[in-house]
Amino acid sequence: MAERYDPKVLALICTYCTYTAADMAGSMRLQYPPGVRVVKLLCTGKVDVLYLLEAFRAGADAVMVSGCEIGDCHFLEGNLRAKERVAHAKELIAEAGLDPGRVEMFHIGASDAPKWAEAVRQMTRRAQELGPNPLGRQKAQSLAAEARP
Amino acid sequence: MIVAQRKDFEQIKAAAADFRKVLVVGCGTCVAVCLTGGEKEAGILAAQLDLASQIQGEDKSFAVACVERQCDLEFLDELAETVLDYDALLSLACGAGIQLLAERYPRVPVLAGVDTTFIGINRDVGLWEERCRACRACVLTTTGGICPVSLCPKGMLNGPCGGTRQGKCETDPERDCAWSLIYERLAGLDRLENLSAIVAPRDHGARSQPGRQVHPAYLRRYSAHE
Repeated sequence: MAERYDPKVLALICTYCTYTAADMAGSMRLQYPPGVRVVKLLCTGKVDVLYLLEAFRAGADAVMVSGCEIGDCHFLEGNLRAKERVAHAKELIAEAGLDPGRVEMFHIGASDAPKWAEAVRQMTRRAQELGPNPLGRQKAQSLAAEARP
Repeated sequence: MIVAQRKDFEQIKAAAADFRKVLVVGCGTCVAVCLTGGEKEAGILAAQLDLASQIQGEDKSFAVACVERQCDLEFLDELAETVLDYDALLSLACGAGIQLLAERYPRVPVLAGVDTTFIGINRDVGLWEERCRACRACVLTTTGGICPVSLCPKGMLNGPCGGTRQGKCETDPERDCAWSLIYERLAGLDRLENLSAIVAPRDHGARSQPGRQVHPAYLRRYSAHE
């Protein structure tokens, strides 16, 4: 039987906008895929290219970074820096052999809960289309090998 | 400072293909400033190589170390115990740093992760420009602080060639003619008489052997023991 594939999507999101939107999505009972793992950051300006590479090394199928709308960053330009770093990470993972579509930048305002739900659906769909991260599968295999007596 | 650029990822991957455990060694001085080979860039390269090797199902590991200056033995000593655990060292320092690392640890293959490009200035974050060829015969005193050796494609020492056009160089219409810049700078300083003396041809022979420079105090200290 084919193994069931529920994409693991890591979301690095800022506390001021996207996290508030995600919180509101919960209050609004909006439905979106449960495979998203949210990490709240003070600002997406904190996102480092290494975080994004590490996420894939740890087996994430897709990574989304979501900050405030352009021009609305609480720290003025953190989201713009994150946008550039995501673009850089796309080049780096493509060189390493992963599809650059596995990482994406979003801009979601604090009041835009439906946009958050749609962004999670979009990244999950994309991860479904691209298939599992080969590293995640290997990690599972090595864990299984270690568990064998 | 020394400016370098990272080699193509495929080239680095191919160079590291024969080794199972690789230590990526960054350098915290010039190459860190030009965002090529500092601790951060070493971490990114190691992560990228690790991703690539895992995707191909290879059993390899890539670790990171960074020393203050790879062109200085006292900083390389701190790697003495670490390097024993690795099959190869992938250095992100300039050519000088890579060579000293290889000299200090001759039993471990050393791979070059960057191409050293020039001695230059930091024009802006992410923008560096060549300013010095280390020619050992500096003419900057007379040329108003503008170097014709590194800025002029022909390295003219006594004024422009016939290829100067409206202050631009015949090799590239975007490129300033070094001698036009020099003339304007000296005119502004009211020191155009600097250009009246003929500069003798450069002694290229001086560059035909590796440079070596000894401080008088070094000589005094070590000749005293002889």
